[in-house]
Amino acid sequence: MEIIVCLKQVPDLQQIRIKRETREPVLEGAPFVFGAFEKNALEEAVRLREKHGGKVIALALGNAKLKDTIIEALAMGADEAVMLTDPAFAGGGSAGTAQALAAAVRKIGKFDLILMGEGSADNYSGQVTGRVAELLDLPQITYARALSVEGNRVRVTRDLEDALEVVEAELPVVVSATSELNTPRLPPLTAILKASKKPIKTFTPADLGLAADQVGAKAAVVQTLSNLAPEQERKQVLFEGDADKAVDELLKALQKENAF
Amino acid sequence: MANVLIFSEQDTGAFELLSKARELGTPAIAALGKTNVGGYFEYGAQQVFVGEDARLSEFNADGYADALAQIADASGATIVLIGSTKRGKELAGRLAQKLGCGAVMDAIGLAMQDGKIVAQRYALGGNTIATDVITSARQVIAVMPKTFEAVKQPVSGETVRVELKLREPRVKIVERKAKPAATANVEGAETLIVVGKGFAKQEDLGLAEALAHALNGEIGCTRALAADYHWLGEERMIGISGKKCKPRLMVSLGVSGQIQHTVGILGSKLIVAINKDKGAPIFKIADYGIVGDLYQVVPRLAERLRR
Ligand SMILES: Cc1cc2nc3c(=O)[nH]c(=O)nc-3n(C[C@H](O)[C@H](O)[C@H](O)COP(=O)(O)OP(=O)(O)OC[C@H]3O[C@@H](n4cnc5c(N)ncnc54)[C@H](O)[C@@H]3O)c2cc1C
Repeated sequence: MEIIVCLKQVPDLQQIRIKRETREPVLEGAPFVFGAFEKNALEEAVRLREKHGGKVIALALGNAKLKDTIIEALAMGADEAVMLTDPAFAGGGSAGTAQALAAAVRKIGKFDLILMGEGSADNYSGQVTGRVAELLDLPQITYARALSVEGNRVRVTRDLEDALEVVEAELPVVVSATSELNTPRLPPLTAILKASKKPIKTFTPADLGLAADQVGAKAAVVQTLSNLAPEQERKQVLFEGDADKAVDELLKALQKENAF
Repeated sequence: MANVLIFSEQDTGAFELLSKARELGTPAIAALGKTNVGGYFEYGAQQVFVGEDARLSEFNADGYADALAQIADASGATIVLIGSTKRGKELAGRLAQKLGCGAVMDAIGLAMQDGKIVAQRYALGGNTIATDVITSARQVIAVMPKTFEAVKQPVSGETVRVELKLREPRVKIVERKAKPAATANVEGAETLIVVGKGFAKQEDLGLAEALAHALNGEIGCTRALAADYHWLGEERMIGISGKKCKPRLMVSLGVSGQIQHTVGILGSKLIVAINKDKGAPIFKIADYGIVGDLYQVVPRLAERLRR
């Protein structure tokens, strides 16, 4: 089986600071990581390859630091990586990113399954799954919490609000993974060392046959006017030490607040 | 006035979106895979587009997106509003690509500004709220349930039957196992007790229940307790992929306070956190906190409140 896993590089969201005066997020200094659900997607791909043979290709669009992040995907078991790091790809939003990913998938050519996360860690919008599937004219199966492949068919249990839905489709298909699909492995040190020797390809828009206005900020159809932290003025009063005393102090404070 | 087309898998969501759409333009709704459509006129739908095709009897993202794209063309809709459930979201992305347009998902606010539609959504995992404008000629917006109030405004609209060109669904539904019906309403709770992975065993949740009982509150939880451990129903899960709550008092027990969770509790009037780790991020957004072992603190707190 040839499996392509799409991964989104995002800043580590726990390390984002908010400027007090302007409520703007400060991204500088936050390291880049892959989102949690992408790791579930990758883990599933590696397990499928271990069972059925074949190859796992990690595909990611990102900035100049993407290489550091993609090594982790290779350490977790991807056989190869394809990076879209040309600055022209940046700022495309979901539409531009889907356009680039679909073109990269076509360039890779051979595949049975495309896996991604149910939503990215930063925007959690989940648009790219449907967009990529549409661009490649493939069926889509979202919110996978169990997946198996038999012959040329995939069987997926989808996790919806009101039901678990078992569906089947013929390969190739695009599937999005939930965190319940598996527990991603922590690669051992030896795997991390070996990862840097695995092949990494880099495609430019021209390599993918995309014109300059088909990718990145020029292709963006959503413009963000502002992006600010909601106002949160919290008292942050902490009680420590003896439990009885802390409970006592808390109750006094809550009474003053008319909390009950 | 813009033509607004609505689709929501749930009627409650459809009524909310119709109520809002009346402000934005001329509302119409697509009724796919259903025949009982009268209710939509009560909420101001000028047109109800009915697609009676056997291939729409079960939801499938590709087929429904195809149908909606054809109805959007037929109706001249430039704005498509979709109820942002899981099915709604997967549909919205595909539809936006079919229409070659921009989309915003999980919108929590919507307004018309200089003839353009502007939407708010959470960004950076919930750290921020982004305000987006979609610059393409058409716009798809998936709107979070309960963002707008459903207000009746009856009109005598028309029912339009549309001929759709659809292909056979490529994803076959083999089995559907209904989840147990929701028993909790964390969104409407005045007092909320939220439990996290600080609880070591499912039985220990009894401590939280005793506290909820003493405070007459509802129990909510972080993602793992519902989605991974299945200790509690998913309707209790709070955060970016769960419910957004605005209780007067919320007490958080053994919750670290990762941003994807806390985005669901920011609307709380008063936040109290109990966590054994003084450095836990939950304390940064708490009004009051106890640094301590919940197994020690919670029983004492419940006991004192009972008295
Ligand atoms: C795209 C995306 C979407 C997500 N959506 C959501 C969402 O909607 N909702 C959600 O909740 N999560 C969501 N998550 C997961 C989220 O990032 C966190 O992993 C999760 O909220 C952590 O849950 P927790 O606080 O229960 O567990 P942990 O982070 O493990 O925290 C447990 C806490 O309990 C404390 N503790 C342990 N023992 C005790 C004790 N005896 N007494 C007191 N304190 C104790 C620890 O100090 C720790 O702070 C999402 C993640 C992603 C990537």
